[in-house]
Amino acid sequence: MKLHYSIPALLVAGLVSTTAIAARTDVTIGMALEPPNLDPTGGAAAAIDEVVYANIYEGLTRFAPDGSVLPALAKEWTIENDGARYVFSLNEGVTFHDGAQFTADDVKFSFDRAMAEDSTNAQKVLFANIENVEVVDELTVAVNMKQADGSLLFNLAWGDAIILDEASATDAATNPVGTGPFTFVDWVQGDRVEIAKNPDYWGEPVQLESATFKFISEPTAAFAAIMAGDVDVFTNYPAPENLPQLDADPRFSVVLGSTEGETILSMNNASAPLNDLRVRQAISHAINRDEIIDGAMFGYGTPIGTHFAPHNPAYVDLTAQSNFDPEKAKALLVEAGFSEGLTLSLKLPPPSYARRGGEIIAAQLRDVGIDTDIENVEWAQWIEQVFKGRDFDLTIVSHTEPMDIGVYANPDYYFQYDNAELQELMAAFSVETDTAKRDEMLSNAQQIIADDYVNGYLFQLAKTGVANSKLKGLWANAPTQANDLTGVYWED
Amino acid sequence: MFRYIIRRLGSLLATLVVASLIVFIVIEVVPGDPASFMLGLNAQPDTIAALRAELGLDVSKVQRYLSWVFGMVQGDFGQSYTYRTPVADMVGDRLWISLPLALYALALSTLIAFPAGIWAASRRGRFADSAVMGFTQLGIAVPNFWFALILVLVFAVNLGWFSAGGFVSWDAGFFASMKSLTLPAVALALPQAAILTRVMRSSLLDVMGEDYMRTARAKGLSERQALLRHALRNALIPVLTIIGLQFSFLIAGAIIIENVFFLPGLGRLIFQSIAQRDLIVVESVIMLLVFAVVIVTFLVDIAYAWVDPRLRHGVR
Repeated sequence: MKLHYSIPALLVAGLVSTTAIAARTDVTIGMALEPPNLDPTGGAAAAIDEVVYANIYEGLTRFAPDGSVLPALAKEWTIENDGARYVFSLNEGVTFHDGAQFTADDVKFSFDRAMAEDSTNAQKVLFANIENVEVVDELTVAVNMKQADGSLLFNLAWGDAIILDEASATDAATNPVGTGPFTFVDWVQGDRVEIAKNPDYWGEPVQLESATFKFISEPTAAFAAIMAGDVDVFTNYPAPENLPQLDADPRFSVVLGSTEGETILSMNNASAPLNDLRVRQAISHAINRDEIIDGAMFGYGTPIGTHFAPHNPAYVDLTAQSNFDPEKAKALLVEAGFSEGLTLSLKLPPPSYARRGGEIIAAQLRDVGIDTDIENVEWAQWIEQVFKGRDFDLTIVSHTEPMDIGVYANPDYYFQYDNAELQELMAAFSVETDTAKRDEMLSNAQQIIADDYVNGYLFQLAKTGVANSKLKGLWANAPTQANDLTGVYWED
Repeated sequence: MFRYIIRRLGSLLATLVVASLIVFIVIEVVPGDPASFMLGLNAQPDTIAALRAELGLDVSKVQRYLSWVFGMVQGDFGQSYTYRTPVADMVGDRLWISLPLALYALALSTLIAFPAGIWAASRRGRFADSAVMGFTQLGIAVPNFWFALILVLVFAVNLGWFSAGGFVSWDAGFFASMKSLTLPAVALALPQAAILTRVMRSSLLDVMGEDYMRTARAKGLSERQALLRHALRNALIPVLTIIGLQFSFLIAGAIIIENVFFLPGLGRLIFQSIAQRDLIVVESVIMLLVFAVVIVTFLVDIAYAWVDPRLRHGVR
């Protein structure tokens, strides 16, 4: 009997080895957090977009790897009435994964759903300036604005503005049906999400046949998984301390990029003593950014001097204005009447930038006479106490939304910065459509914030990816939180 | 025996009611609103209110407690806030990992501990005894998550015999799945086996000092025969107690091991749900674990009565 089996077995073995020689067409991506659901219009968790953005779901526009805005489901557009009306022509022959035709009605449905009174869209604010959505014909849709708007194309590129079909939208949380180059296959909760190539994709076909997102939260487990080859890539590797070792290993490449995460020491601008500009300035001068980046982030991160991403063309380097100068910090504190020193609360959410960075900042502040009461909080507590309750003096958080300098114009935002000049500037910015003028306004806004020392600006969070060195085409930077697999392939 | 069981059942029910109250109060007191957490920092207040209404969070706590308890009595554990799927389904899927893992680990620890304990007891004071006791010291002292990491580094990263973690679904075959549970089960079992070995040994040694053991030897049984035929059964009571406690620990205490091996089991579900403030999942899963522990304790009590007739007749 054994002999009879051995011949087919040899054949099978032969087949297996030939497929092993050809380039692989599957990939396993490690992620630290599991998405709570798969509907990017129904939750804020970055992990949702990290699975579905550009892979399963598409919007009218999309982000390119460098953060610029590209056409997606919209082929082209015209801007009318000085930015008060946008007319989009849609791509022809686009179908959803369940076979339904994509038309202008789907765009209207998706935007109306996001704007509705009972909407649970986490970024409903993106749609706040839309008056209505008008179906012109089957493949043309117009968006009428309440007032001229320069940010619409950018806003529509967010994952929260993707297009769904009315028939499948209710199940989007567990069974996403989009128009993208990959279709949803399976979700084993707590373990993985599987997606496969969409053979009927309207655009350029992808090179991968299938992809698996695997959820591994333990940093040591992540290390073991990549070393053992269970996972091909971590686009955000959770243990920076292993990066030098992985970088030295020829099997892996470490990809460093930038994110939209401005990591800041937020200060409660509305309560004493931090409502005194001199105290805030003193804290800013007491901070040694390099020490924090080396100590908390193992050297990964770019110092910032204002609330803006350094890779953006409109960025102004203002780090010198709040340079490390403990003597100046002490003098400012004396001037503000705190020659005896003072004590502030410092609430730290779970990420290592906050917990490790917080300890270093506490030591730096102690050197200039400021004592801190450190309290470690979970995210849910942080939202409750700091973000909603404003019960804090200092906290460390990375603001990961792209281009979010506009929050400084909202006096109700948790750090409660209230400056009429900036509010007017941002109001003018939101209706300006000329790029050069918009950039100038942005640089003015950065300067105003830096002059007021609203927060302590620490560093731009780095994106530290670790991948099998034969895997190509992943995003190095993260203009939005996504794992866009459309250009990913294996090198032979 | 029957009245004994009824009495035990009564205290079982009372335990469950008290536990449900404590679990609910403790979880609800922790700050953090599930809806605000899900919607993140840019959400508008009306969006959060809409989601709270959708999740059924806008009613009073007393109402929520009662509907939760009555739902559970009817087998309805509610719907997860974040996953939007019934908790019962999620728990069902994950139980198929956590329960086999716990049983696997329990089987391993018993298989190691019984022979090791008996051997050590029968070689009391000799080299074998000291060697076994030395190893058990080590087994108790080493934390299981650290041991798990060492196992991963040796058997997955260096030797490549096992994958570093993850679970191969039961559809792929019994042995493939059991293989993926082997390293976690070993990591869980070893400290338990060490404790169990010590209990087994000392319990046997206690019994061997009894008068009836001398009688057994006197009527001509060899030391080994006396040990296996008379001492073992009498030494089992403390061992059963420890096994009962260990089983509860293996189900509930696998949180860390499941994270190290990224197994999608119950422990990982609790861990994730706490961070995401998926309160209903945390409450229901903890209640389920309480239920499991109470049932195991109940079964252990029944087993005592079976092993020791004095207990079932209420004689102390």
